Amino acid sequence: VLYNEPSPLEVKVLTRRFELPNSASIDTFLANDGYKAFMKAVGMTPDDIINEVKASNLRGRGGAGFPTGMKWGFVPRNTGKPAYIVVNADESEPGTCKDRVLIENDPHQLIEGCLIAGLAVGSHRGYVYIRGEYRYLVEIMEKAIAEAYAKGWLGKNINGTGFDFDLVAHTGAGAYECGEESALLESLEGKRGVPRIRPPFPAVAGLYQCPTVLNNVETFCAVPSIILNGGQWFADLGTPRNGGTRLFCLSGHINKPGVYELPMGFNLLRMINEVGGGVWKGRQLKAVIPGGSSCPVLKADECDLAMDYDTLMKAKSMLGSGGVVVMDDQTDIVRAALRIMKFYQHESCGWCIPCREGTTWLKKTLGRLDEGIGVRNDIDLVYEVAKNMLGRTFCPLGDAAAMPTMAFVEKFREEFEAKLISVVPGSLEEESRLVQLNA
Amino acid sequence: MTFSPELESRIETLIASYPTGRQRSALIPMLMYCQDEVGHISEEVIQECARRLGLTRLQVDEVIGYYSMMHKKPLGRYHVQVCTNISCLLRGAEELMEHAKQKLGIGHKEVTEDGVFSLEEVECMGACSWAPAIQVGYDFYHDVTPERFDQIIGEVAKLNRKVQ
Repeated sequence: VLYNEPSPLEVKVLTRRFELPNSASIDTFLANDGYKAFMKAVGMTPDDIINEVKASNLRGRGGAGFPTGMKWGFVPRNTGKPAYIVVNADESEPGTCKDRVLIENDPHQLIEGCLIAGLAVGSHRGYVYIRGEYRYLVEIMEKAIAEAYAKGWLGKNINGTGFDFDLVAHTGAGAYECGEESALLESLEGKRGVPRIRPPFPAVAGLYQCPTVLNNVETFCAVPSIILNGGQWFADLGTPRNGGTRLFCLSGHINKPGVYELPMGFNLLRMINEVGGGVWKGRQLKAVIPGGSSCPVLKADECDLAMDYDTLMKAKSMLGSGGVVVMDDQTDIVRAALRIMKFYQHESCGWCIPCREGTTWLKKTLGRLDEGIGVRNDIDLVYEVAKNMLGRTFCPLGDAAAMPTMAFVEKFREEFEAKLISVVPGSLEEESRLVQLNA
Repeated sequence: MTFSPELESRIETLIASYPTGRQRSALIPMLMYCQDEVGHISEEVIQECARRLGLTRLQVDEVIGYYSMMHKKPLGRYHVQVCTNISCLLRGAEELMEHAKQKLGIGHKEVTEDGVFSLEEVECMGACSWAPAIQVGYDFYHDVTPERFDQIIGEVAKLNRKVQ
């Protein structure tokens, strides 16, 4: 099911089967290159497969953008322990809804990606960890897995190749933190989703302390096309060091919100105006969150840039998970900052203090500012608390809360100031309010 | 405690899905499937899941406390969840949540007197490009205006009368 009209500007690689009838069925898949890449990979050595993925410049689509081939290369061989493939389908970064359409419309592409990863690292068992809210995708995934077993594309001696692989769809139960890889593994082991200290990284000690390849849904889904067409072909679709296409989720104040597959490095302004039909209601663009709520906001005049990991990094933001949130000129930035902080405060697992206390403090202070009862000092307080969380938390959730908050204050300070309680700066009244609030 | 044959077979498959000695992995899905059948995670469910997986009651309880979709108190038969996170916020989710409260006559995390509906303001549910979005149980509804909300609630209420 497609929830939005495709755009003629799309370059369809991962989504190329989406518009076919019964695109999720194994018959449609098999009639359209399905499991061909796996058969090709069977004839390759594990190193060949990993080198092909390295050559593709595929980088993790969950948000961190770590080179996938390199990640696979870290998995030790012949440890005497089983190796596992784990798919992160815990998509929960606000602004992101792409893994959902990938599983819904082409679940076999994901299975094939897992099989190839299994060949590359010598794994015979995989788990697809799907966020609890996406229960209907567990059903779609289970149906696809059953079809694959029935037609010999999962299980023992797959299609006569001698390779065995089992795959299980596993439901989560509502926790953003479980999208963080080590917390996901804890959750998959039946525990609270609290992050683990690293190193060791999951490649070495992941699920059940065994070697584990853990990637995002979209990352695995890119693998069959890479093997089939070659790493260089995929790399050439994007920009240097940023291979391929990616699924961008356009949301917010835009005429044609939707999930669109575009080449890496696609210009953000073109994405908004040509793919997304421009800002809604004839209004002007104020700001864009380029890659999900944890990414620092870009002002309208900073949006003329190529959407790839390196360009966004240079612009002091991140490509993140591909969630492009567009805000028009009437957007209340303080309210947006508060809503995002409420989210991180709610989702903080409470394991480490800078995150647990920091998000709570920030929510309180931003709430005050939003209500119009904040004082001048509150703006600096927000900035300082966020800055003190940065890099000091156990897992990236603390950074994810701090980074956008600092950017909102840096770039839209005047909006925070406009909402301050109307007292004369430096007056006795302001002084006494400060004392009161910080008591 | 006995479950329906469907749930029993689901649990059996689930436990067999993890390597020997790693059956604890089945805990979270098991609790969710039990909750779907029982309506919430009752003390009996906790004891039963603990027994089947060889865990203590406390080991199960501490897991339940972590996950936002696990409920130890009964919800309404139809749990209405309104996302108000950033993408939905920008397209009127706060107004939609207010409307939902008015329409159902209950607040956040409350249940209607007849036990049919419950309401919850939730975090991002992954429908950002089709915002504002709600879920009723596990079903997604996209681009929900207040009028569309009333229509959805009307359809669900009708379905509920049929089931009764």
